[in-house]
Amino acid sequence: MDVILFAITAAVALIGAIAMLVARNAVHSALFLLLNFAAIAVLFLLLQSPFLFAIQLTVYAGAIMVLFLFVVMLLGAERVEDTPDRIAWQRPLALGLGAALVAVAVVSVLRGAWEVPPGGEAAATFGDPAQLGALLFTNYLLPFQVTGIILLVAVVGVAVLNQRGRTTSTVKRAPSGD
Amino acid sequence: MNWLNILILVVQAFIITLAVTTAFAYLTLFERRLLARFQNRVGPNRAGPGGFLQPVADAVKLFFKEDIVPAAADKPVYLLAPALAVIPAIIIWAVIPFGCLNVNWDYRACFADPRTSEVRNILQIAEINVGVLYLFAVTGIGVYGITLAGWASNNKYSMLGGIRSSAQLISYELALSCAVLGVVMTYSTLSTAEIVYLQGGLWGIVPQFLGFVLFMVASTAEVVRAPFDLVEAEQELVGGYNTEYGSMKFALFFMTEYIKLIAISAIAVTFFFGGWRFPGLQTLGQGIEALAGPVVASLVVGLVSLGAFLLKLVAFLFVSVWIRASWPRLRYDRLMTLGWKWLLPLGLLNLVYTAVTFVIVPDQRLASFILLALSLITLAVAIGFSSVPRPVDNVTYVKDLRQGSVAPPPPAEAGESQAASTSPRQPASSRG
Repeated sequence: MDVILFAITAAVALIGAIAMLVARNAVHSALFLLLNFAAIAVLFLLLQSPFLFAIQLTVYAGAIMVLFLFVVMLLGAERVEDTPDRIAWQRPLALGLGAALVAVAVVSVLRGAWEVPPGGEAAATFGDPAQLGALLFTNYLLPFQVTGIILLVAVVGVAVLNQRGRTTSTVKRAPSGD
Repeated sequence: MNWLNILILVVQAFIITLAVTTAFAYLTLFERRLLARFQNRVGPNRAGPGGFLQPVADAVKLFFKEDIVPAAADKPVYLLAPALAVIPAIIIWAVIPFGCLNVNWDYRACFADPRTSEVRNILQIAEINVGVLYLFAVTGIGVYGITLAGWASNNKYSMLGGIRSSAQLISYELALSCAVLGVVMTYSTLSTAEIVYLQGGLWGIVPQFLGFVLFMVASTAEVVRAPFDLVEAEQELVGGYNTEYGSMKFALFFMTEYIKLIAISAIAVTFFFGGWRFPGLQTLGQGIEALAGPVVASLVVGLVSLGAFLLKLVAFLFVSVWIRASWPRLRYDRLMTLGWKWLLPLGLLNLVYTAVTFVIVPDQRLASFILLALSLITLAVAIGFSSVPRPVDNVTYVKDLRQGSVAPPPPAEAGESQAASTSPRQPASSRG
């Protein structure tokens, strides 16, 4: 029964991903991506890990996609613009990099042939949030903290970029006001 | 997992869905009658004895209304939105234990530690080790129904309602998570059944009083209920996100709102008021077992625990209706200030209190009361600081003019008011 469930869920995830790329409307794309996230969450459930299921739903479906939708709705940017790409070399570069990624994936699958990847300690305690938390705060403390710092840098960056625009606008406005 | 277990699960899910939708129908009657009492009216009392058939009449009316899809709406999303709203509201119930009835007719299993022995409780659909996270995951998805309804209707009022909803729900989800995280830290578990078990001695409201207050405010905002119902503010937005919805699709949104309210009250009962537990329940089980055997004892314990849970739930719903009857709607900037500048810092403070107190004081009971004292002090200080600025009183009263105690208004203001009175006031006067 697990295999059937896996096949259905994987098919849904793939359909969601492809439809997300094909959809002409940004809100529809966001919804197909949501479908994809939900299918991935169910895959975690099939791997006996309700913790990752809940995290996938909370973080990706509950937070990130809501922000995406919020921005799309707020800017009214749901229609695809008909103007050609301004950055001409973007598309061939994307195709090339995509092909490289597929090649790397195929090579790693052929070489590794279904072995447990490195870092498999979590596999024994895959579903238990307490064990996962303990691992994060002992063995993987450095990567965990580094991730946190990267996110913090992103937040600071947003604040700085926003601040720069604000100061120049006030400088411009000051002479006319006085 | 064999087919019998799956069948039991399906029956459980079916019953809880039916029960929740029925509860929704009668909650509307409960609310309308209570609101009427609060406003010194009678309320709906004509359909059936005491208005008992009013929800049925409403449902029939909504079923037979014409089903309209606006021509300019995004049809697939427009049709999907009510379903996306109502499904999370119902599946929240999967992890809430609303009583304890052991499958093997053994009431003692209900009072045994769920960490060492399996409870096999038939009154909880799914006991998973991350129940609290599941609750958050599902409430997080609940945003989509409202937001998408606002977008797909292709109406500016709906859109404003949708945007408001996503901003509000994202802001208050943080405070809500902080409040619940305090409970998780207190009992160091994410399982709802274990949280209920560990509240056997002392209900969660004692160690987490601050968390409880935060939870009540944030959850009211999370289910977009008065005084936080800016999403469907009738005076500004017609009906908000559901302006363009009619018939059963509107009923689904209505249902979502009330089922979410019941669910969030049930969660509050589970986290802060001991869930289905009640003092003396175990003694009752022992007495009945001595009189009539274990099967009857487990049945009685099951029914009484369910009754205790429902009683607490109704008390919460009553408070919720009371709040709706008593408070005016918040202004949007005040809403954001409350969420980000008050609830979130207080929530973080509560986490610090909880962590530090439980590490310093090893005795759980003593630590709980220390936390209660800290919470009360913090709340008193916060309320003292957060006094709302008083509205500027620039009204000239007739009695003041008669007494001559008030000087005539300063020239600048007089000029302004004159300019205002001489300027054309077509739009304002056409309203009256």
